[in-house]
Amino acid sequence: MDDLVIGGHKFSSRLIIGTGGAANLEVLERSLLASGTQLTTVALRRADAEGGSGVLELVRRLDIELLPNTAGCRTAAEAVLTAQLAREALDTDLVKLEVHADDRTLLPDPLETLEAAERLVADGFTVFAYTNDDPVLALRLEEAGCAAVMPLGAPIGTGLGIRNPHNIELIVARASVPVVLDAGIGTASDAALAMELGCDAVLLSTAVTRAADPERMASAMRSAVEAGYLARGAGRVPQRFWAQASSPPR
Amino acid sequence: MELKINGQWQEFPDGSTVSEVLDAVGATRQGVAVAVNGEVVRRGDWAASVVPKGASIDVLTAVQGG
Repeated sequence: MDDLVIGGHKFSSRLIIGTGGAANLEVLERSLLASGTQLTTVALRRADAEGGSGVLELVRRLDIELLPNTAGCRTAAEAVLTAQLAREALDTDLVKLEVHADDRTLLPDPLETLEAAERLVADGFTVFAYTNDDPVLALRLEEAGCAAVMPLGAPIGTGLGIRNPHNIELIVARASVPVVLDAGIGTASDAALAMELGCDAVLLSTAVTRAADPERMASAMRSAVEAGYLARGAGRVPQRFWAQASSPPR
Repeated sequence: MELKINGQWQEFPDGSTVSEVLDAVGATRQGVAVAVNGEVVRRGDWAASVVPKGASIDVLTAVQGG
C-alpha cells in the first residue's frame, strides 16, 4: 500500500483505531498491535487526582500517533476549547472534530461542525472532520481547510455498516483531501467495502473493542482494509445481469 | 478564596497561581491541560498565572475514547 498522507503526517497503515470501549488496557494494547494502526483517537476529560487512565502512556509506548477528539461537544465553541486543551495536553495539532447534535443519534451537527472547522483551521490545527455522509457538506468542510473529511457509514456504535454507499462514492469522487470512513463499521466486510468505494482510510473503535475477541477482529480489520485497498486499485469487473462463461465453449 | 476545580468548590490561599493550585490538588503535570474560566492557560504560563477569586478551573487529560 502507498502511504496515507494527511496534513503532512505520513502513515503506512490505512486503519485508524479508536481506543473507546476497550475492556482494559491489556486488551487495548493487543488490539492496537494486531491492527497495525499508527494513529489512534483519545478523548479529553477531567483528570482525577491519580492522573490519567493510562491510555496516554500506552499509546506513547507503542509509538502510535495521537488523534484527540472533541467527542461530547455540542457547540462549535465547546469543540474549539476542547481542541485547544488537547493541543496543550498532548502536544499535537491534530484533532478529530466531532460536534454531536444529540445523544440518541450522535449524528454530527453540520452547522456547528463547519463553524468549528473554520475556527480551528484559522488557529493552525490539522482538522479531521467527522461529518454526515453528505457530499455537499464534505466539500464545504474541505473548502474550510480541513485536512481530511470523515463521513459516517452509520451512526456511532451501531455497527450498521455503510448505509449509503453511493453518497460515500460521491464524496470520494469530488474530494481532493483524504476521505476516511468513520463510524458504523460492524465487521471486516464493511471496512473492505469502504476501501473499495475509494476511501483513503477507515476509522473504527466499537467493531474491534466490543467484539467477542478484539485482538482477532483487529487483525481481520487490518486484512480487510488492505484487501479493499488492493481491490480498488485492481479495478473490479463490471456487474452483469446474465452469466458469462469463464470456460471456453466446446 | 474559593475556586471551583473540576466542578468541586475548594478553598485556596488568595493569590494562588495555576501551578500552586495543581500542586494543592495533587494533579499530575504530564499530559494535562488547564482552562481557567473557559480559557486555556498555556503550560509555560502556569507558574506566573494568578487565579482570580471564584474562578472555575478545569484540569483535563486524555482518556479512552472514539
